[in-house]
Amino acid sequence: MMLEIKNLHATVGGKAILKGLDLTIEAGEIHAIMGPNGAGKSTLGNVISGREGYEVTQGEVLFNGNNLLELEPEERACEGIFLAFQYPVEIPGVNNTYFLRAALNAQRKYRGEPELDSMQFLKLVREKLEILHISDDLLRRSVNEGFSGGEKKRNEIFQMAVLEPSLAILDETDSGLDIDALRLVARGVNRLRSEDRAMIVITHYQRLLDHIVPDRVHVLADGKIVASGDADLALKLEEQGYAWLDRGGIQSLDIDLKA
Amino acid sequence: MSNQQNPVDSTSTQASPADAPSVGSATANSSTVDHFVQQKYKHGFVTDIESETVPPGLDEDIVRWISARKEEPQWLLDWRLEAFQRWLKMSPPDWAHLKIDPVDFQAISYFSAPKSDEDRPKSLDEVDPKLLETYEKLGVPLHERAKLAGVVAVDVVFDSVSVGTTFRKELKKAGVIFCSFSEAVHDYPDLVKKYLGTVVPSRDNFFAALNSAVFSDGSFVFIPKGVRCPMELSTYFRINAAETGQFERTLIIAEEDAHVSYLEGCTAPMRDENQLHAAVVELVVMDDASIKYSTVQNWYPGDENGVGGIYNFVTKRGDCRGDRSRISWTQVETGSAITWKYPSCILRGDSSVGEFYSVALTNNYQQADTGTKMIHIGPNTRSKIISKGISAGRGQNAYRGLVRIAKGAENARNYTQCDSMLIGKNCGAHTFPYIEVSNPTAKLEHEATTSRIGEDQLFYCLQRGMSEEDAVSLIVDGFCKQVFRELPMEFAVEAKALLEVSLEGAVG
Repeated sequence: MMLEIKNLHATVGGKAILKGLDLTIEAGEIHAIMGPNGAGKSTLGNVISGREGYEVTQGEVLFNGNNLLELEPEERACEGIFLAFQYPVEIPGVNNTYFLRAALNAQRKYRGEPELDSMQFLKLVREKLEILHISDDLLRRSVNEGFSGGEKKRNEIFQMAVLEPSLAILDETDSGLDIDALRLVARGVNRLRSEDRAMIVITHYQRLLDHIVPDRVHVLADGKIVASGDADLALKLEEQGYAWLDRGGIQSLDIDLKA
Repeated sequence: MSNQQNPVDSTSTQASPADAPSVGSATANSSTVDHFVQQKYKHGFVTDIESETVPPGLDEDIVRWISARKEEPQWLLDWRLEAFQRWLKMSPPDWAHLKIDPVDFQAISYFSAPKSDEDRPKSLDEVDPKLLETYEKLGVPLHERAKLAGVVAVDVVFDSVSVGTTFRKELKKAGVIFCSFSEAVHDYPDLVKKYLGTVVPSRDNFFAALNSAVFSDGSFVFIPKGVRCPMELSTYFRINAAETGQFERTLIIAEEDAHVSYLEGCTAPMRDENQLHAAVVELVVMDDASIKYSTVQNWYPGDENGVGGIYNFVTKRGDCRGDRSRISWTQVETGSAITWKYPSCILRGDSSVGEFYSVALTNNYQQADTGTKMIHIGPNTRSKIISKGISAGRGQNAYRGLVRIAKGAENARNYTQCDSMLIGKNCGAHTFPYIEVSNPTAKLEHEATTSRIGEDQLFYCLQRGMSEEDAVSLIVDGFCKQVFRELPMEFAVEAKALLEVSLEGAVG
């Protein structure tokens, strides 16, 4: 079992957001987390990656059998957890390549592997660019500075390709993308699917899941997983909208129900 | 952004933000000085010219003693004495955004020759381990560490003598004069006499007057007409003027179509026990000539509780006398407890250009009030100001800059960008821009930002696996990029390492 979340409760600024969330993910699987605004989708990503201000009040998170919650954010990253940000952050004056090499070498150092020099790193980067069909123009610019929405999201996927995490959390990677940009990003993600990598795809809409087909779909509402199913669940959600959750319509769907 | 009363005397074109008010000389302070001056020195004044140091205190005899000790000509002694008389009537400037304990100018010794062999630590074992640790982090070579820590006299250090000699020979072939100020007074008195004090007159401000009276040594550079100096000049190679830092005087002249890049300072923290530094730098640039002046300053900033540290009061000014002349100041200020410094350009020549690129960092209890002054006098003059202030700990950082467009400066242009970054919650950033425009054709742009180092940026870096310390230095380095790229390559690398060392423990 790669990730085991048991009865997770978390608060942000004293306000309870996650209220007893359970989730289990095996290596090689892609899980989609869907749900209405304010359900706690992004909070889940932030709690797993250890962002400051997100306080776990109850429950546990095990990553490869180890207690994740006692690790610092950078240690979690080095253990193989990657968060593709909903709003990738601009760092003016810091070259994108330089940033990524610093990140990769920090992780390699953590794992006791030799650091890559700039030539070795450039070779690696060229390989990844080719796989993802990203122009190397992105490499020469400062981290996310002046990037379009699509470029920012593609840059996240590119970082993921270079860092090769074992668990990637894609937080609303589709938001703000037109259909062409969405396809490009999804294609990148699909290329990175592998037997020893798991992904959590957080999204509000079904359309991303047309391109990244998940193994499991979970519906998150009011801090809990209220329903889980296969890829078809996302389609049903799309038809009916999230409003049925409030109307108690969940029973009318032919799906596994969570307590 | 805030404004306060402009301390600059608006009728004088050579005024500097460093100008002390010129009226009201009968202050308590100067009468104290008078009192001391009138007193004859009680503690048995040492007149022996062989002596290496003078007792604390400043009077006319001390000025005479310094001049005699350096075997100076009469005209220079007269010049010093005149400056001394002016200084007596002045009081320290109080307009800067700095909290400074009053300096007792009579408690300072105004001349101290290079350390003798007995004074100096016998080996690296005797040197403060904290200092050695810093050298280690900066990657200073072993034999250099000994030199910087004062274990060996600079003029006997391993390779530097030979390096210095070869270096000089090559410069001489090109016609470049590069020597200590004292040597220049003896070997090129006409040049010194012609230019000394013409950019920063001794009446300019309190500290310039003090420097003019008691300056110990410094650098002299003369680049003759049409010569492009074949190498970067650096105080690093000026091996014969060690430990002259307290009242340093530097004069650089570029004749028509002459070009030079000058590097001042050392990126490793200098062992320096002098508390007060008051240096003067004068640059003169003729038609089509250029001077690029880069400084990396890392004097002792005091400890983490704000005890000790250097007071750095510097007057730096360049005079673009010729048409199409250019002066570029680049400074990285990370040291000193107090920094008071405004490298400036007087843009006299038609189409002359002035530039100022600055990074100033204050951590713990450090204070900096720094910036520049661009005085546009000639037509088509252009200036550019890029200032980056970083405050951490309880550091206070002020940018103070003046852009003045005189009546005759048709089509003058200025671009000012002034960014401040705050790290933590107990520090401060302040911006005091002064703009005076007397010609309607002028175009000025001013941009200013203040940002707290982003929690978002930090988390982004951490989430990619970087440590908090690495993340901060990466973000700060990016913030300073516009300035660092103006520095010569190897300087830029060291400046970056220096910022990292200076920021240690700033977060977390």
